[in-house]
Amino acid sequence: MRDMAPLQLTAEERAIADGGLGEAAALAMRVVSDMGHLMGAKRLIQIRSAHVDGCLYHGDGGVEFAERLVAGGGQTKVPTTLNVGALDLLRPDRIRADAHACRMARRQMAAYVALGARPTWTCAPYQAGHRPSLGEHVAWGESNAVAFANSVLGARTERYGDFLDICCALVARAPLTGLHLDENRLATVVVDTSKIGRELKHADVFYPVLGSWLGRTVGDRVPVIDGLPGRVSEDQLKALGAAAASTGSVGLFHVVGITPEAPDLDTALGGRPPEHVIQLTPALLREARDRLSTASGTDIDAVALGSPHFSLEEFEQLERLLGQSRVQIPLYVCTGRGVLEHLVQHERAVALSDAGVEIIVDTCVVVTPILPDAGGVLMTNSAKFAHYTPSNTGYRVLYGSLEDCVASAVAGRVVRDEELWG
Amino acid sequence: MGVGLRKLAAEVLYPGEADAPILKLSAPVSFWGAIDPATGALVDPRHPDCGKTVSNTVLAIPSAIGSSSSSAVMLELLRNDVAPAAVLLAGDDSILALGVIIARELGYPTIPILRLTETDFAAFPRTGRAAVRDHTVTVSRPR
Repeated sequence: MRDMAPLQLTAEERAIADGGLGEAAALAMRVVSDMGHLMGAKRLIQIRSAHVDGCLYHGDGGVEFAERLVAGGGQTKVPTTLNVGALDLLRPDRIRADAHACRMARRQMAAYVALGARPTWTCAPYQAGHRPSLGEHVAWGESNAVAFANSVLGARTERYGDFLDICCALVARAPLTGLHLDENRLATVVVDTSKIGRELKHADVFYPVLGSWLGRTVGDRVPVIDGLPGRVSEDQLKALGAAAASTGSVGLFHVVGITPEAPDLDTALGGRPPEHVIQLTPALLREARDRLSTASGTDIDAVALGSPHFSLEEFEQLERLLGQSRVQIPLYVCTGRGVLEHLVQHERAVALSDAGVEIIVDTCVVVTPILPDAGGVLMTNSAKFAHYTPSNTGYRVLYGSLEDCVASAVAGRVVRDEELWG
Repeated sequence: MGVGLRKLAAEVLYPGEADAPILKLSAPVSFWGAIDPATGALVDPRHPDCGKTVSNTVLAIPSAIGSSSSSAVMLELLRNDVAPAAVLLAGDDSILALGVIIARELGYPTIPILRLTETDFAAFPRTGRAAVRDHTVTVSRPR
């Protein structure tokens, strides 16, 4: 292992590693301890909650791992939510995977529930009531959720990969390193947005593009964004973080005057001068926007919304934009089952279905085969969908605003308004 | 034709031995979304090395980006016997080593993961073979 002083476990932690709480907890403690050592931690800390991203079927290895934990008597020791799986458990017929994959995907999801986690099946646990408070140590997986927990809620989590998050949950510990530590949460890069038009900065369509550019530009450094409007919605921050975590490794960003650790620029920087100041220009933004699309022209075959999972507020926007119209091509909206329950209770789900909207829960169209085999062009307002669609689905992709996506789904051809981009 | 040998000292993130052809990627990669866990093929059309396969290579990656599921893809590559023979990183990233640690726990094959200095990584060749043993990466190429 890594050439440095080993991580020190407490007597209690050593007892767990030696099997005192069962085989699963011992395995989990070995993994947390080995990874803590690799990540440069000197000790572990107690965590208050976990969000686990290991429920998606990538192959039989992930199933074997989860079932090994169940067989070893594993039980989560902190409140734990679950990320998406490979099945829409409410409508499993939607998934076009082979029988083996569907069977294994179901076993994998069942194993995580057996470990005591909440079957939330969402990449936006913060929309399902899982909202750790400022300064609270947690262990979260799923790159967008990590960025949101750190940046928007001010909770503290590293970017935990698949398997490490559940191991942390099983022993209620995480390595004390990275974004758990004060000094690593300070911004080192300032992004100056003063050259970007006010109107664009108020538009939803700006934030995924800003995030895509940001991730590619700052990699894993902590940026602070200056000059955004006094009101940036939670959905806009969600889109920004998801995009930045797709094109780069951003686990924490600050927005001056908006996010909790950046009441002003100086606080976000911890009083130190920035290592870099980057002037964002309209040309850089247009380049980032164009990079999100791999298709051009007016033909589209489907529209996908909801990466990260669509919020209730976003459903309200969708309903407003749809009005009395009906879509001409499939329009998929991916969301958590909690949000769907709310829509059903308030009798909004039927109207959406009548308009031709297909609501997908527990998973999404880019992580599991739902889109028709024929291939073609997918339009989306999500930078994360735009980033992963070509490799994961074989579809080409077109990025546009929510307004563009809805208008295009209704018209059955691409409708885009690019005036805002200057 | 002679063979030039060059020895580089590296930091061991996961120990092991390997000897295989070099594949040095020209851009960072997210294993999830870019590499097919069943075959080891690089399938992201936006990646400059799209179409190449990482299987049985000494895979040199400037940095791992993106998805926190890259550890899961590494696990499946190891289980399916289509993993790289070794991974050399320039950045400080533990997500791929995590996949290897889980493979160890499940009794699957494991591979070495090492970190090169930025200077050594920049000078690391795009062709030839490399052998990994303990802390040393030995590069050989025809000259």
